Amino acid sequence: MSALLEVTDLVVAFGDVRAVRGVSFSLSEGETLAIVGESGSGKSLSSLAVLGLLPAQARVESGEIRWAGEDVSAMSERELRALRGEQLSMIFQDPLSALNPSLTVGYQIAEMFRRRRGLRRDEARRRAVEAMTEVGIPDAARRVGAYPHEFSGGMRQRVMIAMALALEPRLLIADEPTTALDVTVQAQILRLLRHRQREGLAMVIISHDLGVVARTARSVVVMYAGQAVESGTVADVYIAPAHPYTLGLLDASPSARDSNREIRPIDGYPPDITALPTGCAFHPRCPFARERCRTEEPDLREFAPGRSSACHYAEEVLARGAAVDHAGA
Amino acid sequence: MIIYIARRLAQSVFLVFGAITIVFLVLRVIPGDPASLILGSQATAEELEAKRQELGLGDPLLAQYFRHLGEVLRLDFGESWRLGGDAFANVLERLPATLTLAGYALALTLLIGFPLGVHAARNTGKAVDRLVSYLSLTGQALPSFWVGIMLVLIFSRMLDILPATADGTPLALVLPAFTLALPFLGWLARLVRNGTLEELGKDYVRTARSKGLSERVVFNVHVLRNTLTPVVTVLGLVLGNFIADAVIIEQVFAWPGIGSLMIESIVNRDYAVAEAAILLIAIFYIGLNLAVDVLYFYLDPRITLETV
Repeated sequence: MSALLEVTDLVVAFGDVRAVRGVSFSLSEGETLAIVGESGSGKSLSSLAVLGLLPAQARVESGEIRWAGEDVSAMSERELRALRGEQLSMIFQDPLSALNPSLTVGYQIAEMFRRRRGLRRDEARRRAVEAMTEVGIPDAARRVGAYPHEFSGGMRQRVMIAMALALEPRLLIADEPTTALDVTVQAQILRLLRHRQREGLAMVIISHDLGVVARTARSVVVMYAGQAVESGTVADVYIAPAHPYTLGLLDASPSARDSNREIRPIDGYPPDITALPTGCAFHPRCPFARERCRTEEPDLREFAPGRSSACHYAEEVLARGAAVDHAGA
Repeated sequence: MIIYIARRLAQSVFLVFGAITIVFLVLRVIPGDPASLILGSQATAEELEAKRQELGLGDPLLAQYFRHLGEVLRLDFGESWRLGGDAFANVLERLPATLTLAGYALALTLLIGFPLGVHAARNTGKAVDRLVSYLSLTGQALPSFWVGIMLVLIFSRMLDILPATADGTPLALVLPAFTLALPFLGWLARLVRNGTLEELGKDYVRTARSKGLSERVVFNVHVLRNTLTPVVTVLGLVLGNFIADAVIIEQVFAWPGIGSLMIESIVNRDYAVAEAAILLIAIFYIGLNLAVDVLYFYLDPRITLETV
């Protein structure tokens, strides 16, 4: 099966500072991939680069982004625009700031039909009401004329989803789609997204929440300091992490099934990307760190079929991780 | 909403009273005896005393103030001894000229300032952006009477393409309207520039782009709508300032509005007219401020009673 989206050795830089340092991932039609990491790990930038929506100061320094076999970085702004919304869409962390405060939600959804499909105003509005109903917004015909601030957080994220999926794209990039929402609403939004997945929508879920990832994605890429440090299927990685950072993340997140397990935060802080440590970027926080980690930067290597880790001592971590039960996470 | 408007209305009424009181006190403090002004230098001491009695100038200040307040509320400022007739009617007669001038100045400010600001925001650091910061600085730093005189010198005396004073032709509006507009023009351009830049950095702009909208639609529909709100409200304040600033500009260009009438009246000790003119300007200013606050509700859907 050929990849729908294929990112290879992506480097995104702000001036001289590299915020994403050689990340690769790929995704097939209908598949869901999760990108996990702390804030500042470069996970959002990687996905913004795919849509050509990097902040003005940032640029793709090197690497390749292929959409359905075509090189995105070689596309003109016009070709990229044709792709956005139509082929791949994005939803963001905070739906309140992501929606235009002075346009009604109906207008913002109908805009997809009007400007992208050339529908007449009333027809576009009718389709907007349909789209709102489909994402579970009650009384959509009446609420179509309301402004974003008149909606609750969960309803706003539904509006975002309705807007992003209006033109039935093949891929949805969801950047922390539930982080700004409370837990019950979070579950509703995830259910909505999973429903779309079953209908064949491919997704990239960006999250720091391992629970969200476990419920939505099949494979996962763990990012740290702008690099992928581990990748594999969610099931494999959660049961037997092969990078100390992943191990730390799992130990640091609460588990619903095993509430007796102690939650242990990772020592130290995420590194400053303008002054990265030598060798492995994680070594100052790593319980496994040795002399070699301080001097030699590890490559992401495939140590088993479909499983990669950027740790010199991946096998050792694997053995240690397996001793502790993470299955509950 | 209604409570808020009522509260602002009450504040405005209070401000108007303040204005009436200050004008009353200032005019009593200015040296010069109204009685001798009215009767002239040939009047005898008895005649002067009789006139003072008639005007109530011998009464205690507080009694004078309350009597005066009653008169002002009835818009009875007394007779103009210089122009003859009711003082307030004299002022009203001059009002259209001032409003025309302020209206044109507002149009100029908007038509030049807004596009200039938008243009500067889209070309930060380039020539147009530098022009805007230069314009906003100099426009506000240069005294407008000096700018007016310089414009007359250049366009009327040297180039002879525009009339220097009100000669009844529409062209006569150009120089005074531009002089009036200049300080606000740069200021508005700067406001629009900064507002637009701020909006451009917001998340919803990224969303609009992620929808595959053209840059033109992203800017004209999504960004401009949000920059426009503060501008529209600010325009009310600008108009209020124009009417106040007209006092000086009208003098420079001999424009027959309330501003020049007010100065003439003060110079000639025609206090009834001066007071009527000052109060009318004050009421305009206060009224426009009130209108702006109310307008806010209608323009920004996010503003609710709780946030006020």
